[in-house]
Amino acid sequence: MANDSVKLSKNLLRMKFMQRGLDAETKKQLEEDEKRIISDEHWYLDLPELKTKENLIIEERSFVPCEDLNYGRMSFKGFNPEVEKLMALLNPKEEEENEEEEEMSRMQTDITDEEMALRYESLVGSMKKKFVKKRDRAALEEDLNQNVEETNTKRVFLKPQD
Amino acid sequence: MFSTLMVRVGEVLLPGDEFSCETDDTISLTDHVKPEKVVCGPGLRRSGDRLVVCKSGVLRHKQPNVFWIDSQQRRYVPAKGETVIGIVTTKSGDIFKVDFGGSEQASLSYLAFEGATKRNRPNVQVGDLVFAQFIIANKDMEPELVCIDSSGRANGMGVFGGGGLLFRVSLGLVRRLLSPHSEIRSDLDQLFTCELVVGMNGRLWVRSSSVQQTLIIANLLQSCDTMTAPQRRELFRRVKQGAL
Repeated sequence: MANDSVKLSKNLLRMKFMQRGLDAETKKQLEEDEKRIISDEHWYLDLPELKTKENLIIEERSFVPCEDLNYGRMSFKGFNPEVEKLMALLNPKEEEENEEEEEMSRMQTDITDEEMALRYESLVGSMKKKFVKKRDRAALEEDLNQNVEETNTKRVFLKPQD
Repeated sequence: MFSTLMVRVGEVLLPGDEFSCETDDTISLTDHVKPEKVVCGPGLRRSGDRLVVCKSGVLRHKQPNVFWIDSQQRRYVPAKGETVIGIVTTKSGDIFKVDFGGSEQASLSYLAFEGATKRNRPNVQVGDLVFAQFIIANKDMEPELVCIDSSGRANGMGVFGGGGLLFRVSLGLVRRLLSPHSEIRSDLDQLFTCELVVGMNGRLWVRSSSVQQTLIIANLLQSCDTMTAPQRRELFRRVKQGAL
């Protein structure tokens, strides 16, 4: 009777609140059991591996992308200004692309170099701070704030105590 | 595949001609051999890993890897993304039926217009002309048209027509008119002030400042189908001088 009460069922031992009292060996065994159950229950179809063959032929049913056809509405000599606007919009030409590029470069130089220099004049100090090393930064601040810090001590890794 | 197609570019091909996808007999040891993709346009069809010609015409090629058959035909087969001129034939509830000259009528939802909502219906009557593009066009389903692009803008599509003339030309002439460096277009540009709507289905719509000019342009374009470039230039020159 006493023997029976010592032996608890496996399912009971697997429960969360029973885990605390278990010794390492039974814990390990239980884990193994669980792993085995999971791998047993995981099933798969015994099929040959599906291989998707890369399709080398792409079908295109329309002439429009093949021949780079233009937009279907056109107006000549300014008969319909709205359509002419659409034509310029939807039939891109090489000249227009060049224009766009020019515009882009103009946009990039919107702020001149002088303006840039003026703006950064005040930022020189903080930019300098950004590029010095962390250790030297303290020295840099030292002469500003006059607070002397002991920077010469070599920092070593201290092993934490348990 | 790519090299066998490249050899035949510019030649006349007939339906039933095949290109198979066999690899080269000799494999280069130095070059990295990577599979080459081929885009086959109208007139070419994929069948397994072979390419079958299904229209008679001249094989054309565009860099980098696009091939198609340049053929003359009058029968229009819808293709997704193409813009056509359609005639509204019936108005039934939520959709309009549109005749675009194909084997079947296309449906056009009343919501597929710019600015259309459930409350704000577009004013479309039976008999109106619409310039629309296909969003569904395949051999198994009813074709569907819309008069807006993917961002909901009309971009020139929608109901048009009024004071103009609609007529039919061959599909080849339509493509010649729309090609990027079209000679017909530049010839036409020197003639009258006019407006043209070109549907990929072979329908053309012209409007000009007077009925006479509209008729002249319509006749000119219709006869362009069967004229050589010098003949056309001569005719256009005579029209410009006022001989016709």
